[in-house]
Amino acid sequence: MATELSVVDSAMPDHPMEELLRMDRLPHIWCPGCGLGTSMTSFIVGLQELDIDLDKAVVVSGIGCTGRVAGYVKLDSFHTTHGRAIPFATGLKLANPELKVIVFSGDGDLSAIGGNHLIHAARRNIDITVVCVNNFIYGMTGGQAAPTTPLTATSSTTPYGCYEHPFNLPYLAAASGAVFVARWTALHVRRMKDTMKEAIEKPGFSFVEIISPCPTVYLRRNKMGDGLAMMNYFKDKAEIRHGIDPKDAGIIMGGKIIVGKFVDIDRAAHHQMMEDQLGDIWPHDVVQPGLEEEKRAAKA
Amino acid sequence: MSEDRSVLTGDHFITGDEACAEGGMAAGCMFFGGYPITPATEVAERMAKRLPEVGGTFIQMEDEIASMNSILGASWAGAKSMTSTSGPGFSLMMENLGLGIMLETPCVLVNVQRGGPSTGLPTLVAQADMMQARWGSHGDYQLIALAPVSCQECFDLTLQAFNYSEKYRVPVLVMTDESMGHMTEKVVIPPKEELEVINRKMYDGPKGEYLPFKADDDLVPPMMKVGDGHRIHVTGLTHDERGYPVMSADAHETLVRRLIDKIKKNVDDIILVEEIDLEGADIVIVSYGISARVSYRALRMAKEAGANVGMLRLITVWPFPEKMIRELAKKVQTFIVPEINAGQIVLEVERCAAGNAETVLLSKLGGAVFQPEEIVEAILAEGKAPRKKASATKKKAGASKKKAAATKKKASGAKKTAKTKSSKKTTKKVGR
Repeated sequence: MATELSVVDSAMPDHPMEELLRMDRLPHIWCPGCGLGTSMTSFIVGLQELDIDLDKAVVVSGIGCTGRVAGYVKLDSFHTTHGRAIPFATGLKLANPELKVIVFSGDGDLSAIGGNHLIHAARRNIDITVVCVNNFIYGMTGGQAAPTTPLTATSSTTPYGCYEHPFNLPYLAAASGAVFVARWTALHVRRMKDTMKEAIEKPGFSFVEIISPCPTVYLRRNKMGDGLAMMNYFKDKAEIRHGIDPKDAGIIMGGKIIVGKFVDIDRAAHHQMMEDQLGDIWPHDVVQPGLEEEKRAAKA
Repeated sequence: MSEDRSVLTGDHFITGDEACAEGGMAAGCMFFGGYPITPATEVAERMAKRLPEVGGTFIQMEDEIASMNSILGASWAGAKSMTSTSGPGFSLMMENLGLGIMLETPCVLVNVQRGGPSTGLPTLVAQADMMQARWGSHGDYQLIALAPVSCQECFDLTLQAFNYSEKYRVPVLVMTDESMGHMTEKVVIPPKEELEVINRKMYDGPKGEYLPFKADDDLVPPMMKVGDGHRIHVTGLTHDERGYPVMSADAHETLVRRLIDKIKKNVDDIILVEEIDLEGADIVIVSYGISARVSYRALRMAKEAGANVGMLRLITVWPFPEKMIRELAKKVQTFIVPEINAGQIVLEVERCAAGNAETVLLSKLGGAVFQPEEIVEAILAEGKAPRKKASATKKKAGASKKKAAATKKKASGAKKTAKTKSSKKTTKKVGR
């Protein structure tokens, strides 16, 4: 149902976030009612509000619906292989610690095929931010069960209901060593934005989970209504509990969704630990990043 | 700490694994992401000690999948980067070796080969990953693989691998093996100013106009560093010059054809071989790596016994020196291909010989290197065979298998005596 939009003042940008969106790639591929649009918007508004050099901000994604975020943000951005955003981001960050590296990916990408990378990056306390959009399902491939699919939920690979225990991702991240762990739903756009800003500024490994509706292959199959119905669900069932032990933030079918900032602790990030341990052995200030031959020559 | 520790100029007595690490250091490697695995661990250990000395970064990743990804990320951040592994880890790296090819990311992967399949022979030699090196990741592509013959060449060719990877924006493999990785011998590291070190060409135009996959005439696009402000997008999906995904047959044809052609059209620059007495030879040994090392001695012994034999050593294994084998096949009677696998590179030799010369495989499945006598015997057997109009290719796979078992106990002695024969080589570049 295409309708002509009226012509607006030409001095006005096409979009208030034009500076940070690849306008030539829009419209995006996400379904109506999906929470990815609001998640990405909150992220972009957060970035605009932060006083950081956006040329040094990098987004790395894996594969899946959320993996497409890298393709829409107008930053240096990498759409890597399935599950591998975090090790790719680790290489970027370690080779140039000045970069602000944000991994934006889905629950299946980060906690199934990429689960090992998630826990080890958290353990090392690599100074990156991981935004995990959790829609409880593999959306891009048509609705298969994920490690986050709640017990009894139906998916195309759990046609009789899911009988595997799901991951509680904030608990996993916190137990692995993340220094900042938070969760919001796609409804909490302002809180989400503020939390993303905090996470990006936080030294060390920060983990933000966004609970997001997937109307097309999760809600429909589980007779949970459309995207709007899920927003109402979030409104009714989300409970803000800052500082709660993330162990108690597990999600069950039809139950409440505990949201808030669960963990915010101080622990030296990987880069700091490395600097402290290597001391004078490591003339890092002179030769990083790698290709700056003239700097290295100056040191020699 | 004011001295430049990147190039340890001087004479060293080190292993092939350590020499690979030093080759990387000399090339300007500033990032190593790796995972322990026999017999490649010593490369990582050396880098863990050496990289901090020059301000570089070493990280032991959680597995080889992560290792391969980390060096891709580091390379895009501007650091020359490297990893090392062996069979099982090589298999895990295949996924993101493909990403490196698709993203045209310079990096170097050292594979110290051991016996497989699976866990196989962790502490013993094989050359059985040669086809995996070429075809191991899915899809169509070309890459570069080099095979050193000595610890000196482990140094030289790892440096060369970096140069090729920077020049052609492609992952380059150094295919060494357990026997070479753990062999200790003299390695001469020249003064820094005598080393040829190539750095990737960088985009120097205005911001906002950079197209990360728009190639120059050499089919290689200039690169940038993340953080330079070009705000690029890069994806493992089929993409256009902007790096944007495009799902069409045309876009795929354009991209993948260029990824292949940037290597194929530059084979004259990439292919390195060593030729020994090829002029007028009836029989030519075609070999690489540790099997070529043994063949040096076999060649001399066979000549003493009166055989008219020469040798072609493949320094660059991939891309394969097709043109050279094709032309040689018209002049010689027989190619003898000794390799520590069930027959991999011999398939390429046979294909390129195209029936113009006989191709004989000498196969050993791993665990030990060839004895020179086994190769000599094969040469002499072929020398006695009546010269025939070469039309059909006859293969004698595993011809000397029985004899191989009989002489096995002399393995270590033979390896030592063959050691210093590589100095008189006449390396030269030839067209394919």
